[in-house]
Amino acid sequence: MLFFVFLSGGLFLGWSLGANDTSNIFGTAVGSRMIKFKTAAIIAAIFVVVGSVVQGISGAETLNKLSSVTTLSGAFMVSLCSALIVYWMTKRALPVSTSQAIVGAIIGWSFYAGINPNYSTMIEIALTWISSPILGMIISAMLYLIIREIVNRSKIHVVMLNLITRYGLIVIGAFGAYSLGANNIANVIGVFIPSAPDLSFNLGFIKISTTDTLLFLGGLSISVGIISYGEHVMNKIGKEIMFLTPEIAFIVVLSQSLVLFIFSSKELSLLLSYVGISIPQVPISSTHAVIGSILGIGLIKKGREVNFRVVKQIVLGWIFTPIVAAIITYIMLFFAQNVFKLNVY
Amino acid sequence: MFGLKTANETIDAIDRFLTLVDEAGIIFTEGIKSYLSGQQEHFLDKVKKLSHYENEGDAIRRQIANVLYTESLMPQLRSDILKLLEDLDNLLDISKACLVQFDIEHPKFPELIIPDLILLTEASAKASMSVVPGAKDYFRRPMQVRDSLNHVFLYEKEADRIGEMIKRTVYNQIAELTDLAHKNQIRYFVSKIEELSDAAEAAADLLLIMAVKRSI
Repeated sequence: MLFFVFLSGGLFLGWSLGANDTSNIFGTAVGSRMIKFKTAAIIAAIFVVVGSVVQGISGAETLNKLSSVTTLSGAFMVSLCSALIVYWMTKRALPVSTSQAIVGAIIGWSFYAGINPNYSTMIEIALTWISSPILGMIISAMLYLIIREIVNRSKIHVVMLNLITRYGLIVIGAFGAYSLGANNIANVIGVFIPSAPDLSFNLGFIKISTTDTLLFLGGLSISVGIISYGEHVMNKIGKEIMFLTPEIAFIVVLSQSLVLFIFSSKELSLLLSYVGISIPQVPISSTHAVIGSILGIGLIKKGREVNFRVVKQIVLGWIFTPIVAAIITYIMLFFAQNVFKLNVY
Repeated sequence: MFGLKTANETIDAIDRFLTLVDEAGIIFTEGIKSYLSGQQEHFLDKVKKLSHYENEGDAIRRQIANVLYTESLMPQLRSDILKLLEDLDNLLDISKACLVQFDIEHPKFPELIIPDLILLTEASAKASMSVVPGAKDYFRRPMQVRDSLNHVFLYEKEADRIGEMIKRTVYNQIAELTDLAHKNQIRYFVSKIEELSDAAEAAADLLLIMAVKRSI
């Protein structure tokens, strides 16, 4: 029972992830009323759980390679501090990344526990923060050029294009939700895996491991976030980015989903390793992938829609978020250990 | 959520509407030519036909507006599209109103200006009809809209030039025209015919802006 109390820190993070980050996937479609929120929420809730359970383990393994949080109370504090920094930065309208916050918090825990984090993993993760928006830019720019060419050459009627885009947004939205679950579930439950008690059980035809149960619970918390609070955020985001045409929204969502998928698929990583490309399975920021994707299209359109203030904010976020998260976690762990007498490491 | 059937029906409705606008230009020209050549029966037939076109245009426009809103179709574009359909419907309204006014007032024109009146009618009607390819391109090839609309601006200028020439002739060069009221009536009908090309130009201007917004 105590485990579930501690797990609530991670589940809270999952809830806020569901409430906020799915707006990157379905925001434009729902905000512009191309898709009803109910439809979007059901699709996102289902596919986020599927993605978490099927493919979510890879990112969690990488996080635990960085440093393995050995106690439940320590994992709780790491999750809580990450959630607080995400909440604080979101309030200030900064494009915050849950992934950066959790990595910073894990490093803060490592220093507090007197354990050196794995620096090569740290560098590997930090590089993905830079490479993921850049990859988003490249993918969206390529998709934009291809789709623009197809649309212009096909002479398709605008009504039919709208129909195709609408159904395309649903299909890509499902893929996006799957990729979000697969990639970001590590932020939600990754730190709890080393210290979790035995939660495995046998369904008769299939044995469910402790990690599977955690991945499922984490995915469920994201789904609850989508259903309970997603409508508000999706409507807001959708209206804010209404300058995007549905076709561009489709490209941005597809590009973002591909980036998330690339950084969470073991199979794809293995395949790319044969051609000498190394892609680590790391939880990345879906918001940064979206911003990178929008910038990619903006650059093709000769920078007309590029907001360089946002680029500056992202770069500052790469430095600011993990450092602040590490410091806050360090301080909070001190309080938890000395005031509440919790065994945090 | 709307499906393939609704999409196809909407495309058909838009195409039918554009065909009406196109054909209305021909009927308008034939109607005025009939009037000027004294073929009253033929003229009345054209008035009746244009009234029918105008009613049908209104009905199709309402049907399209209804689908766009009830099916949440093209949320970003629908207000522009409805404005375009309104502007095109205006071309039908102006054509019909002009012929009806001829039927009510039965204006008499001096022989000298009749060839120019025919030229004016043709230029004005061609401006109106030239909007249609641009509108068709907006729906299927937005990149081509600018090229397609060149004729509209050309015919509109031509109509303006002929209209001004007729007015100058009426007020300054025809000695037997002494009644100012008669001169003013002729000027009114010249302006009425010109109104069609002016409305066509307004629709073309709107299309140019819409095409920029439509391109991805």
